[in-house]
Amino acid sequence: MSDVLVIAETRRGELREVSLELIAAALGVKQASGARLLVAILDQEPERFAPSLSADGVDELLLVPTPTEHFEAHVSQRALEELIEAERPGLVLLGHTIDSLGFGPAVAARRGLGFASDVISLSWEDGPVAGRGAYGDKLVAELDFPGKDCTLLMLRPGTFEAAEADPTHPESVPTRSVELALDGVAATEHVSFDEVQESDVDITKAPFLVSIGRAVEDKDEIPRFEALAQRLGATLSVSRPLVDAGWMPSARQVGQSGKTVKPRVYLALGISGAVQHLAGMRTAETIIAVNTDPEAPIFGVAHYGAVADLFEVVDELEQVLG
Amino acid sequence: MKIVVPVKQVAALDDDFELLGDGSGVDPDFLQLDLNEWDAFSLEAALALREGDGGDGEVVVVTVGDEESEEALLGCLARGADRALRLWSDECRDADPLTVARLLAAAVARESPDLVLCGVQSSDAVNGATGVALAGYLEMPHVAVVKQLDYAAAESAATVKRELEGGLVEVLKVRLPALLTIQTGINEPRYANLRAIKQAREKPLQVSTPEQVGLEAGALAAAAGSRRRQLRPPDRGEGAEMLAGSAAEVATRIVEIVRERMS
Repeated sequence: MSDVLVIAETRRGELREVSLELIAAALGVKQASGARLLVAILDQEPERFAPSLSADGVDELLLVPTPTEHFEAHVSQRALEELIEAERPGLVLLGHTIDSLGFGPAVAARRGLGFASDVISLSWEDGPVAGRGAYGDKLVAELDFPGKDCTLLMLRPGTFEAAEADPTHPESVPTRSVELALDGVAATEHVSFDEVQESDVDITKAPFLVSIGRAVEDKDEIPRFEALAQRLGATLSVSRPLVDAGWMPSARQVGQSGKTVKPRVYLALGISGAVQHLAGMRTAETIIAVNTDPEAPIFGVAHYGAVADLFEVVDELEQVLG
Repeated sequence: MKIVVPVKQVAALDDDFELLGDGSGVDPDFLQLDLNEWDAFSLEAALALREGDGGDGEVVVVTVGDEESEEALLGCLARGADRALRLWSDECRDADPLTVARLLAAAVARESPDLVLCGVQSSDAVNGATGVALAGYLEMPHVAVVKQLDYAAAESAATVKRELEGGLVEVLKVRLPALLTIQTGINEPRYANLRAIKQAREKPLQVSTPEQVGLEAGALAAAAGSRRRQLRPPDRGEGAEMLAGSAAEVATRIVEIVRERMS
């Protein structure tokens, strides 16, 4: 079978963890299919990441210098198109991340590739078979890609256990410089980064979080949950809709675009568990979820669950706490 | 300024639902239909830009959907869109994002828009891919996951903020024409009043087949990125231990568990 090509991700001089998860997923395919595994690094100075990507089983590292200091979607898009043209991989793996979602689907469209995003399982049956969530992760759709010479899959971060690189033996994986004509390809101009806002409340350090979401429905109810959290000895955190609505500051938001938390106890009240939310809290030690919908995805990661009305339970919690 | 806003009528599962006998999909009787949450924000962004532009511009909403999806289009017209396009053929049912993007591209190219504003993703399929795939077909500059948009008419450019993971934000500039995918929370979507809802039916709503927007037979099938073999319940591992009983009993157990785990 033809090669598997992994596109590593970097941001502001650091390798992103998803890169090693992609390598781990690719190693599974390599084992089943006998493919060679190529890992490409698109960066202004790609060679600096070679040691941290030298994992067992990687056959070659492709160093692709880019003209822009930071990620630029159109540069990555052109680079990947040219890599596919030159290397002819049968399978390309990207992270289902904000950066890669900014160019992966365009490459798949323009080159007529097999394609799936937010992939949560990957197997090999004479070709890739991908699983992805459907209907808010209440179901799994199993996809294959008949008739496609090359398939591009975007894998959900945190789903595949990261491969281990051995930076002390970088010579173990051969590298190859790949010079592509990328000058003038950028279509956007980087201005700056807005840094993450510091806040007096750091939910990533709280040992116990009471977390609320859309089901709260009314801004005037928020003080009640703040009081409840306080009486339980917990810190109040929220899911995205409450930040979007302007009811709570973004420093309190758990999830992909907010904070990743790992408290000892996470009590989720009326949070259904969108993928982006689960990404930020699934490693909490004990997760307790209360939701009216028995199929809510939050119950898939919770240790304890109750199918109940949030406000009825809160009434009773207030009673129990006296 | 002409702005095209691709939208989607999404389906949410009822609490109790059933799969079709062959496992290929969900029995449609158990689906609730609504305008995709993200698309309310992209539409609002378009309407606000038109108003800022002196109201001379045009906002066109377009969807790939069957007759039932006209409800979503009418909702967009009621909120202020000028006209609507609905694209459909039976091969679009359960279509993957590349198929949808291919069909949208054929129709959007004919409009020659200055700006295409998509939602970041749909709440039912959550591909996060259709907008950027559409930009690929249109060969249009694009920025994904935009949480702030400032248009500078004099420069025919926009300064946008791209929402990255963990709360980090990148500020960047892009020249028009461009395609942006819009994140929730970028604005406050307006509601339509009763009069506008009635008037929406007077606005143009054109229905086209793939052939009518210039696609050759077989073009959509060739674009399709995947085939759905099966739809199945997820592996849930051990799953949660469910707390039974009244709300009072649930509350008591929660407090017990919390005290035990925090001690």
